[in-house]
Amino acid sequence: MALAESMRTPQGYLQSLSRWRGIEIVFWLATLLPFVLLPNYLSLASQIAITALFALSLDLILGYAGIVSLGHAAFFGVGAYTAGILSARYGWGEPISGLIAAALAAGLVGYATSFIIARFRHLALIMLTLGFGLLLAELANSASWLTGGVDGLQGIHTWNLLGVFHFDLYGYTAYAYSLAVLFLLFIMSRRLINSPFGLALRGIRENRVRMPAIGAASRVHIRTIYTTAAAMAGIAGALLAQTTETVSLDSLSFDRSAELVVMLVLGGAGRLYGGLVGAIIFMVARDQFSGTTPQYWYFWIGALLVIVVVFLPNGILGGLAKLTARWRRW
Amino acid sequence: MLPPVIGVLFDGLAYGMLLFLLSVGLSVTLGMMNFINLAHCAFAMLGGYVTVTLVNRYGWPFFATLPVAFLAAALAAVVFERILYRRLYKATDLDQVLLTIGITFMSVAVAAYVFTTAQQPIQLPGYLRGSIPFMGLDLAIYRLILIVIALAITVALVAGLEYTRFGARVRAAVDNERMARGLGIDVDRTFAATFALGSGLAGLGGALAIEIVGLDPSFAFTYLVYVLIVVSVGGLGSIAGSFAAAAVLGVSDIAGKYYVPQLGAFLIYLVMISLLMWRPAGLFGRR
Repeated sequence: MALAESMRTPQGYLQSLSRWRGIEIVFWLATLLPFVLLPNYLSLASQIAITALFALSLDLILGYAGIVSLGHAAFFGVGAYTAGILSARYGWGEPISGLIAAALAAGLVGYATSFIIARFRHLALIMLTLGFGLLLAELANSASWLTGGVDGLQGIHTWNLLGVFHFDLYGYTAYAYSLAVLFLLFIMSRRLINSPFGLALRGIRENRVRMPAIGAASRVHIRTIYTTAAAMAGIAGALLAQTTETVSLDSLSFDRSAELVVMLVLGGAGRLYGGLVGAIIFMVARDQFSGTTPQYWYFWIGALLVIVVVFLPNGILGGLAKLTARWRRW
Repeated sequence: MLPPVIGVLFDGLAYGMLLFLLSVGLSVTLGMMNFINLAHCAFAMLGGYVTVTLVNRYGWPFFATLPVAFLAAALAAVVFERILYRRLYKATDLDQVLLTIGITFMSVAVAAYVFTTAQQPIQLPGYLRGSIPFMGLDLAIYRLILIVIALAITVALVAGLEYTRFGARVRAAVDNERMARGLGIDVDRTFAATFALGSGLAGLGGALAIEIVGLDPSFAFTYLVYVLIVVSVGGLGSIAGSFAAAAVLGVSDIAGKYYVPQLGAFLIYLVMISLLMWRPAGLFGRR
């Protein structure tokens, strides 16, 4: 096979991974369709793009480095509150610099906690991520003079994007903005994952004890990817704050972290498109079902999770990949 | 005359014992069998709803409903264990987390469907509602009973797991499954029984918790965090560790809310994180 030829060397293997495939181009072109076909759903589309970015950031640590986090919403919340407070308390509503500030703040928190994260495994790790998430949520709740507490942060005003595009009621600007940021960060993640560093991360996921034994600086790798993912989650949070012009305590909640893990696994963890597909399916399904019976929506999510864990260990994308592989063999 | 701080300590201790009753079952399933069972509080909720239904609709006496709550949760656990959990004993942390979160989501929705999202009030008999004056303090009878039950369960569990044949089988099956099978221990049945025991205790805890913390469908998530903290801080598989952790947690939570209310639950999470960083395996953990 021609593919095997290029895989002989490590460089060839990485290059073959990073080649753009037709279906990817179709996927990204399809993300433009809502502008034409579903102009009434653009604000939902913008929320989906933001959630997809958030899921992508979790995929980097959970899917690739194998760090199970139940508190990833902490970074989303830090980003959202940074951008929100900048606008509501200091009157600075410029979107792009808001994003950068949010990325810095969330990345800083991520970097500080990454030293602890890199040292632990199993239940202690899960409990620590959960604990940090709860700690930050509690902090935001008690610092209501800054965050608005339970009432949420009011009075955010986002300036025109690049000084030109007004954030309209229909969400044209919001969706274009979120989608552009998602696409840029997706390309960045794609390069990161298909680099030697990305391979080292997968090595950590597969065997965390062996990687240091063969000379990889595992803890440094974990710290790097954890900080990167935190900054990305912060950007996603800032996007939500800027496009909806409100931040609530909900952005830091355990529910958000748990839902995020759910959608990532649904789509397929450890695949770049897993978080994206999971976010699309999850958000569209919630939009459709939760309108009629919000409390029963969780039943279907729960059932779906059980089914995925028992029957589709690699998520929907993993199941599809298996199907197409079987198809090709015939 | 005792100073009011003793009253706070008493309330904290009673609350801690409540947390212990809720989490001791998890100390068995997660701690001994090493299964990350985030659906633990869903079984507790089941026990709670069984008790509420029996007392409010059929007029059963409160204490008579407790064994039923235990059995109902244990029975449900056996069914789930045989159908689902059993497949994942050797799976990754993530898969176990996902499966049990999924079950918890479903239980919340089912509870909301059957019992609505409203709080379920429970009418306790008169002899449980009063309080005993003791050197200037009023000690609520129900809280005293909670402490007594928690102590009794601790003694029974520690003795049962250390000194009975069943306990020996459980420990053997957990420590080395293949060896245990080789010695003729029915590991599958032992695991199912252990799981039933752990979840039954959850059901009992859930039934006893209604009077103090109320009962609504969100119970399965709200107390999950506390229960996980108790078990992970206490040390996996250590009943005594859970007991100590629950007591410390209960007292510090109540004292924190009483003396520094603006901090809320902040203190507890901070204590948990520092303890886990100091000893990742928990205070009394063996590993």
